[in-house]
Amino acid sequence: MSIFVDDDTRVVVQGITGGEGKFHAEQMIEYGTNVVAGAVPGKGGQEAAGVPVYDTVDEAVEAEDADASVIFVPPAFAADAVFEALDTDLDLAVAITEGIPTQDMAKVNKRLGETDTRLLGPNCPGIITPGEAKLGILPGNIFADGNVGLVSRSGTLTYQVVDNLTERGIGQTTAIGIGGDPIIGTSFIDALEAFEADAETDAVVMCGEIGGEDEEEAARFIGEHMDTPVAGFIAGRTAPPGKRMGHAGAIVSGSGTGTAESKIDALNDAGVPVGDTPEEVADHVESFL
Amino acid sequence: MKLHEHQAKTIFADAGIPVPNSRLAASVEEVLDAVDEIGYPAAIKAQVHVGGRGKAGGIKIATDREEAEEYAGEILGMDLKGYTVDRVLVEEGVDFVDELYVGVTMDRGEGKPVLMVSTEGGVDIEEVAAENPDAIAREHVDPAFGLHPYQARKVVYEAGVDADVALDVASILSTLYDLYEDSDASEIEVNPVMITGDRDVVAADAVMNVDEDALFRQPELAEMAEESYEDDLERKAGEYGFDYVRLSGNVGIIGNGAGLVMTTLDLVDYYGGKPANFLDIGGGAKAERVTQALDMVFSDPNVDSVVFNIFGGITRGDEVAKGINEALAEFDEIPKPVVVRLAGTNAEEGMEILNTDLIEVEETLEDAVQRAVKNAEEVAQ
Repeated sequence: MSIFVDDDTRVVVQGITGGEGKFHAEQMIEYGTNVVAGAVPGKGGQEAAGVPVYDTVDEAVEAEDADASVIFVPPAFAADAVFEALDTDLDLAVAITEGIPTQDMAKVNKRLGETDTRLLGPNCPGIITPGEAKLGILPGNIFADGNVGLVSRSGTLTYQVVDNLTERGIGQTTAIGIGGDPIIGTSFIDALEAFEADAETDAVVMCGEIGGEDEEEAARFIGEHMDTPVAGFIAGRTAPPGKRMGHAGAIVSGSGTGTAESKIDALNDAGVPVGDTPEEVADHVESFL
Repeated sequence: MKLHEHQAKTIFADAGIPVPNSRLAASVEEVLDAVDEIGYPAAIKAQVHVGGRGKAGGIKIATDREEAEEYAGEILGMDLKGYTVDRVLVEEGVDFVDELYVGVTMDRGEGKPVLMVSTEGGVDIEEVAAENPDAIAREHVDPAFGLHPYQARKVVYEAGVDADVALDVASILSTLYDLYEDSDASEIEVNPVMITGDRDVVAADAVMNVDEDALFRQPELAEMAEESYEDDLERKAGEYGFDYVRLSGNVGIIGNGAGLVMTTLDLVDYYGGKPANFLDIGGGAKAERVTQALDMVFSDPNVDSVVFNIFGGITRGDEVAKGINEALAEFDEIPKPVVVRLAGTNAEEGMEILNTDLIEVEETLEDAVQRAVKNAEEVAQ
């Protein structure tokens, strides 16, 4: 079992003829993902990464029955690409693009609420169900099939924690990077809810970071609605206020909101142990299993 | 991207928002010319990208020419929280009877812009928000429709703004929202909006920040961007295109990916060290990037030791290692001890080819950080 993606997922890659799009489409196919098409305006009829390219997502869905998309489109055009995915009623759209203007994302977010499509990202590494499918840029070789779910705001931190788990023989049901931007589609709570409902997920790891209040809200959700044990990690304990730590969303405001301390306290209050190191997170997970 | 007060006020004035008469000045002489024209009292306001200028001594009110000369001399050239003041805004003093706060920003949780109005203007609004949140009236705007004019009126009345000026304040707020949308602002704030004895409404201060990710379609605003780095290293990082934040410790940190670099900082602290910086080199393993990153940390005099932590997702570890070797070959001598940890794709191959004559290698993040902390302690002694 898994959440959101599996070996039945039929993927269209938006922006498949660009450098990033082509490289990662090939990587996804090599991993065993069912990539069925690409969509690039003006490139219909061509072939890229061994799959047919269509001018629109709609055509790709018509011709190849795609039900999910991965978006590798430059920031200036990325919101448009997400709208196209949403308006084509795909089940899932994964936006990898970093640097989409926030006001564009506010409009996307509004439209998202009116559709049944799930959006992951933007500015995220994607999603992987080990052994079945990966949609995004995650390095497939560090993941292993297993029974731990993982949700994280950061890419390489996800890899680090997964590596700590896999090294100990702890595999994953699905791992999800939700992205480091201020406005994102799938939230911690959406992913946690799905892991809670997944029969094969026996424990969950949640990796948060400074900025915003999503981790606090997720902690409340865990306390009230989850039986599956959760272990946490929060990056940015040493971040000074007012400085953006790489991610657009990773900033502690001057008034003290979004601090690591407030997030760790909220998680502890919900019964979630928070590791001081990634290794300690793996210790907690091991104790759950 | 932050705009200066004078830049934001020019934009406000062009949009029809009443602002006090003012002139920009870069010398005491220019300040005196300006006050001769504007009259007294006149506010002399440092134009630097820091908050709390008034409390820090960057804003003074001159009531005559002598004071104007004195204050101009004090403020021009002063160091304000790490920034040197090279220009001041000379502005007519507004005789006010009341002060309001109005602002437009993005509510992350809701994913929608929000209008904010408070009658407790003129003070630190974040304090008001923390201590008396009910004193700030809020109204969310549907980003697909934009602002309906009634929303601006509603939030102004809800905040308890005096009825005789409410419509004027609502009109300013409407205009600010249009600017927010048209300029891809991340935040626009006027604190205070002053109500004069004649019941006129004036924007006495102006904060306007623009979404850096949207500058590609805001060419005029992009041109207003000014380097506002706190020191030469941050300037250098800007030139190299690194995400870099300088901190006060002595362990230099290089890594890839914001979350993992932040985690490395946290681990340095956890193991008893003090991080000197946040430096995210992003994706890719090019030797040039590695050289630039090493140059950054080596040129920081506070740095006593360096930890280089790469989780090579799609990037191959052996390529990173080649990059590190090539980069190190450019240094005759490694000025500060460097601990490298590579993980992920082809990490083992990478670790094998690293030139360990020049650097130390550790297999886990925890071990690498502890070793770098120990190195820093030894060098510092």
